[in-house]
Amino acid sequence: MARKDLGRDDSQTKLNRRNFLTGVAVAGAAVTAAPGANAATSAETPAASPRPSALPPTAKMAAAETGTPAELKHEGGKPGSDFMVDVIKTLDIKYLPCNPASSFRALHESLIDYGKNTSPEFLTCMHEESAVGMAHGYFKIAGKPLMTLVHGTVGLQHAAMGIYNAWCDRVPVIVVGGNDLDAAHRPPGVPTFHSAQDINALVRDFTKWDDTPTSPQHFAQSMVRMYKTAMTPPYGPVMMSLDAGLQQEPMRDYGGEKLYIPRYVPSSPPQGDTGAVKEAAKLLVNAERPVIVVDRAARTPNGIKLLVELAELLQAAVVDQGGRMNFPKTHYLNRPPNVIGPADVIIGMELSDFWAVVNGYVDNGDHGIGFNETKIKPGTKLISINSVELITKSNYQDFQRFQVVDVSMPADAEATLPALIEAVKSAIPDSRKDAIAKRGEAFRKASANGRENVRKAAALSWDASPISTARLCMELWGQIKDLDWSLVASEGNVSNWPNRLWPMEKHHHWLGRSGGYGVGYGAPASVGAALANRDLGRFSVSIQGDGDLMYAPGVLWTAARHKIPLLSVMHNNRGYHQEVMHVQRLANFRNRVVYNGNDLSPLGTSIENPDIEYHKLAESMGWWAKGPIKDPADLGPALKEAIAVVKSGQPALLNVWTQPR
Amino acid sequence: MKIRVALIVAACAFAAGAAQAASPENGRKAFVAHGCWQCHGFEGQGSAVTSNGAVLSNTELPFEAFEGFVRGTNRAMPPYREAILPSADLADIYAFLHTVPKPKDPNSIPLLK
Repeated sequence: MARKDLGRDDSQTKLNRRNFLTGVAVAGAAVTAAPGANAATSAETPAASPRPSALPPTAKMAAAETGTPAELKHEGGKPGSDFMVDVIKTLDIKYLPCNPASSFRALHESLIDYGKNTSPEFLTCMHEESAVGMAHGYFKIAGKPLMTLVHGTVGLQHAAMGIYNAWCDRVPVIVVGGNDLDAAHRPPGVPTFHSAQDINALVRDFTKWDDTPTSPQHFAQSMVRMYKTAMTPPYGPVMMSLDAGLQQEPMRDYGGEKLYIPRYVPSSPPQGDTGAVKEAAKLLVNAERPVIVVDRAARTPNGIKLLVELAELLQAAVVDQGGRMNFPKTHYLNRPPNVIGPADVIIGMELSDFWAVVNGYVDNGDHGIGFNETKIKPGTKLISINSVELITKSNYQDFQRFQVVDVSMPADAEATLPALIEAVKSAIPDSRKDAIAKRGEAFRKASANGRENVRKAAALSWDASPISTARLCMELWGQIKDLDWSLVASEGNVSNWPNRLWPMEKHHHWLGRSGGYGVGYGAPASVGAALANRDLGRFSVSIQGDGDLMYAPGVLWTAARHKIPLLSVMHNNRGYHQEVMHVQRLANFRNRVVYNGNDLSPLGTSIENPDIEYHKLAESMGWWAKGPIKDPADLGPALKEAIAVVKSGQPALLNVWTQPR
Repeated sequence: MKIRVALIVAACAFAAGAAQAASPENGRKAFVAHGCWQCHGFEGQGSAVTSNGAVLSNTELPFEAFEGFVRGTNRAMPPYREAILPSADLADIYAFLHTVPKPKDPNSIPLLK
């Protein structure tokens, strides 16, 4: 358990957890063994003069962590971290995006030397949030989780925002935090700042499960349990606090017990209760205007097929909120949210906020407080299938407002769809078939009209400079349409043009958003998804927000270092645009002229003066890049060049000056 | 019916008057300075996300109705009262919006076909 102190003599290094029980009597010796002159203070040797209760590390202490590591005595036997690698390898985790740290140095060394740097392959990251974001994006393409290692306290705090996004987006990420738990034996100074009693507490409110193993066998069980828990719908991130000493100590005789690695057997996803499924089907087939609302319903490509089958059976409008690629955008039943108002039955599947589907909220009502208004008719029946109800936690409010529904199934939507489809087929009476078919005809007309209106809207300001977001998206589409493409992130809000104009039909065409709306997701998630697409021979494109990129731009270097091809097209509107509008809004309601300083937008919301040269930033980290592109006529040729670079296996970035949204 | 026609004619006359007296160049600057571009784009082209699809460029609203909406709004848009957006600036903005090039026919744009 204990990590041996650097710089201790042999007699002192014998004092670790293995002989802790017999060593209690010599505890005083352990205290006096701490390195550094200041550490000589002990119960037996009172300090000569009063000292502050917290001292900065001495030069020697700091050097132990920040200088060249001291020579370590060779340890006999197989290191504990080698066994940990054996365990990890059974889970077939392909990559390990990670920012290195001393609290997991033993496991790091085992992974790259003993484990030969395969399954997982170490990917060097420059920020823990980038590592988690990469794992987040990777899963949405590969359907398999990645693992990351983080430094106990500081690394985990960096990672926390990424973990929260993964939690809200129902994405599994396996996070292992190195921690020097044994305060009596961990190196003093920096490692103590980087240790805690319970590092998992920091993220417990937004992880599905966490553990702190205390033996190699415990590690094996925890690791497999973590993987299984993360991969059981609703998916989610999991956390392990892994003691540095446990990693570093050699394996020993565990009282004759033979270590084993539990076999991973996937759990089947929870399915809706049969009675509730039948009740839902009955309501749906008898409805005049049924509407299906989906957010993260299609966990896999098969989910799309099932949703199409259900929608066509009912000829029901589908409102895709876009948490995943749920429903083909080209399908005539894909409809905008205004179909909700006249609906008489609404079925919501894996919605993050059912309340907001059927209610509206107007910001800044009387007295500066927003007000609610219902969007639906009295008597409209509501059905919910939502697996997230199975893991609701108390603290963070990602479960949104409480909405009363008529049929509630805490279950996985995709797993429930086959039964619901069969129930609907059985429940449709012959007398309803004509009426249902007629509904479909009306939607075909509405769909064609809607498409025409979107084209007209896209033509507005087609030649404007800065470049319109519609032009940006369609120039991009023009260059990728013949490729097997994947829009891996669209964080700079571009008025949903890709969803409205691109023929998105496949699961990998659209990956949804961050989940927690924590800015900084787009860049690392794009790189992670592009990594998964690289292995599938697929072309990745990202519409990259300017503010989002600047949270942790070091992920650009990671992409170049590991040869991850990605086309990143900047939606550079030179501001935190959401905040631009919020501050303006408040100033107006207060009848005050907003102060812009020398910027275009309210002070504190612009990213200008000076303008950031993102193309130079990317170039400095090994990307092919070009910009700033302000004239729309220059965009197509630049895209062509960039795409050739990406096809050659390298990342490329275009810095495009755009309209705000 | 006659009254309605007369009102429209009067509104158009007012609009024309306002537009004639106003400065599109000042209007372009005021459109930016007062933050209209934030939700409506630099040319008033609008956005499905930030202006609920409302297009201001070459608006067919008479000036009176335009001003009425800006002052009161529907709450989805924050109101701009006289104290923060003087009527003269608003008239300039209205004039500017009528100088924005008319949108192209989407059928004339190969990428939108």
